[in-house]
Amino acid sequence: MAIQQKKKNVVIVGLGWTGSIVGLELAREGYDVLAIERGHDRNIVPNWSYPTTADELKYALRLEEMEKLSNTTVTIRRSLSDTALPYRQLGSFLIGTGVGGCGAHWNCQTWRAHPEEFHLRSYVEKTFGEQIIPEDMTIQDWGVSYNELEPYYDFFEKVAGVAGEAGNIKGHKTGEGNPFEAWRSNTYPMPGGGVTYHGKLFAQAAKSLGYHPFAFPAAIATQSYTNPYGMQMGPCNYCGYCERFGCLNYSKGSPQMCVLAAAKRHKNFQYITRSEVLRIEKSANGETVSGVTYIDPEGREIFQPADMVVLASFQMNNVRLLLHSALGQPYNPQTNEGVIGRNYAYQINVGSATAFFKDKNFNPFIGTGANCMALDDFATNRIDFAKEGFIGGVRIDCNQTNGQPNRSLPLPTGTPAWGAGWKQAIGDWYGRNLGLGLHGSCMSYRDAYLDLDPTYKDKYGRPLMRMTFNWHENDIKLAQFGSARQEEIVKALNPDSYNLRRMQDNEPYDATAYQTTHTVGGAIMGENPQNSALNRYLQHWDYHNLFVPGANAYPQNLEQNPTGTVGALTYWMVAAIKNNYLKNPRPLV
Amino acid sequence: MFYKTDSFQEKTGLLVTEKILSVIKSGVTRRHLLIGAGACAASALSARHIAAQPAGPVPLEHYQRVYFNGQEWAFIMAAVARLIPSDGRGPGAIEARVPVFIDRQMITPWARGEDWYHQAPFNYDAPHYTGYQGRYSPAEAYRIAIPAIDKWAQENYGNIFARLSAARQDAVLEQVQKDGVPIDELRSGDFFSFLWQNTKEGYFADPKYGGNYDMVAWVYIGFPGARASFLDWVDKDNVRYRLGPVSIDGQRA
Repeated sequence: MAIQQKKKNVVIVGLGWTGSIVGLELAREGYDVLAIERGHDRNIVPNWSYPTTADELKYALRLEEMEKLSNTTVTIRRSLSDTALPYRQLGSFLIGTGVGGCGAHWNCQTWRAHPEEFHLRSYVEKTFGEQIIPEDMTIQDWGVSYNELEPYYDFFEKVAGVAGEAGNIKGHKTGEGNPFEAWRSNTYPMPGGGVTYHGKLFAQAAKSLGYHPFAFPAAIATQSYTNPYGMQMGPCNYCGYCERFGCLNYSKGSPQMCVLAAAKRHKNFQYITRSEVLRIEKSANGETVSGVTYIDPEGREIFQPADMVVLASFQMNNVRLLLHSALGQPYNPQTNEGVIGRNYAYQINVGSATAFFKDKNFNPFIGTGANCMALDDFATNRIDFAKEGFIGGVRIDCNQTNGQPNRSLPLPTGTPAWGAGWKQAIGDWYGRNLGLGLHGSCMSYRDAYLDLDPTYKDKYGRPLMRMTFNWHENDIKLAQFGSARQEEIVKALNPDSYNLRRMQDNEPYDATAYQTTHTVGGAIMGENPQNSALNRYLQHWDYHNLFVPGANAYPQNLEQNPTGTVGALTYWMVAAIKNNYLKNPRPLV
Repeated sequence: MFYKTDSFQEKTGLLVTEKILSVIKSGVTRRHLLIGAGACAASALSARHIAAQPAGPVPLEHYQRVYFNGQEWAFIMAAVARLIPSDGRGPGAIEARVPVFIDRQMITPWARGEDWYHQAPFNYDAPHYTGYQGRYSPAEAYRIAIPAIDKWAQENYGNIFARLSAARQDAVLEQVQKDGVPIDELRSGDFFSFLWQNTKEGYFADPKYGGNYDMVAWVYIGFPGARASFLDWVDKDNVRYRLGPVSIDGQRA
């Protein structure tokens, strides 16, 4: 029999960006809030102090800040007829844990989506015709528009401390930044920082081809800054230990830095750590949830009643907990019915070009998560899908994040993998190269989904979640389109040599090497409870006191990085909860 | 040239090159010796740095192993000396004391597989797109694979790995890398991945983990280690950063 705690107004599962924002905002309104985090507590000091943070082995290779998969993981297969196998070691995506979630150690690249991406199916049907959408492609409209989200993007950028140059203020093209970005009501709260030599060369080459390079927007302070909650950031020093590391310099926009210290000032905001939520419990009325059951650090099972539950963990964990709690009908790819697990998608990230220069020195260790130039000339709303044969957009970029030698030591094609030739090459080429990346949308399909694995269990005996995913022709064409642009630019750089990693025809998904942690979908928002789990306010269609913010809500993946849009959606949801739901709890749609 | 060494050879039966021998016997790197020889001409700072490390590290032959047995140690010493050889420009794995790093790593949660999902059923021979599916942790993989590779080397080349010529050692490592050496319930390629990963880690990781002795690998490639503050250099296009590395413990090189 579980121990029963005193009822709270709001229980939050997971204390990353979304959980922290909800916690602070509802605590400010006077509600009793409890956040339950499965991982450890983490604070800027002492967890990320200098010099112990500057440790590639501990953080970048042994992945100190990530979830230990011995607790729980997923299984992966490429098709419905395969047997899924466990993701035993972290590979193509890194599952975070602990206070701050992945927001504690991300690269801080903070983007908005293009307006057309929020009504993608309607846009494609209207602009190019329904016939270009493959029969098994399950893309949908989100149920929310860019114009509705714009104020919340703006506020999240102020909270996270985003630096960058605005390209489009209320329709006025500024001549700076990204000329193809959606309109914004304000400039970024801080001006952009400088980029190192690599970015200047890339920008020159891209301009010579008629493209429009600009510096990345990122939640990395470029000057002293105080956010709307009174939280203070200091300018980044380009330490070169950003992604996978907590920030040693008070410069990274993280939940700790920007939100949690403010939340902790409220007595009615509490959080507990090392406590894993096993399931969300349903009420007898069939219309609400009654609270959550979790295991505390002593191994006791505890029931925490609540008026309202916000499921605010990582995308995969949100979907997993909905499946474990039987909240919503699991998706069935045979019938295309059911909503939990539907429309899982990844991010196109395979495709790179590395240029080697004998006479250039890039000091690669001078880096930030977004020491980067990019171009958005191939944005979702600028590509003729009918002509190119794929749906989506792709960004080409040139980032220098770190020179950590195990992670960041590309060598020319043909270099021996080990031995004398390898040793000579690392001396010849370390710091003498720059790399182009790409980052593109990923569509959703009937046969890309999440459900429960029939064989493998987690340490609490619950089934692991099973991912069924493979690249589709659309993904590969989009990636190849991006690679062709990369090759054009890399040739214009006139290097001594270059490597190209281009996605091959029919190339399958490989979960072994790191690509990106931008996994999305599985509990998507939408206009219709038949094909979405959440309504436009991220409220569960069937259980109105359950809200599920996160990238799980994306019906298909965006061209750009997810966190900016996750932040905007969270503030959009919080506004609906504060202004509408709590006064009269009910389904908002 | 190859030499049979006295006590080291008695214990391990190893054939080692002249350069490795000098490192094993003296316990200091060639670079360290050169710095020592020029100490009177060096700055006061460098002199203090050397004075702070009077005796150099424990010679590899006297190093107290925390995990590997004698056969394993002989294999590791010989294998890393082929993966990152001592000849030519830059330090080899032996000068960087990579074997010490690997030995110490073997008792960490990572090498014990404690961070990994470790529930059955295992399907080690499955397609590799979900990552290593073996039952064995990295530390166990070393324990299982090394005698199997020695046995295979004995059968195919007439001697255990550590006693083969450099060229034959390279040939064996190539077979190991391409799954060409039969090991029960473990692909030899998976073992090679651990070995090469750990060798590179020991070469490049902070010296506090036992490898990258005196930051030799960082000096070689030009990585400043834990300096982590470069705002003043962001605008210096194509100008090599001028400060040498520091370690987490505050050593400079």
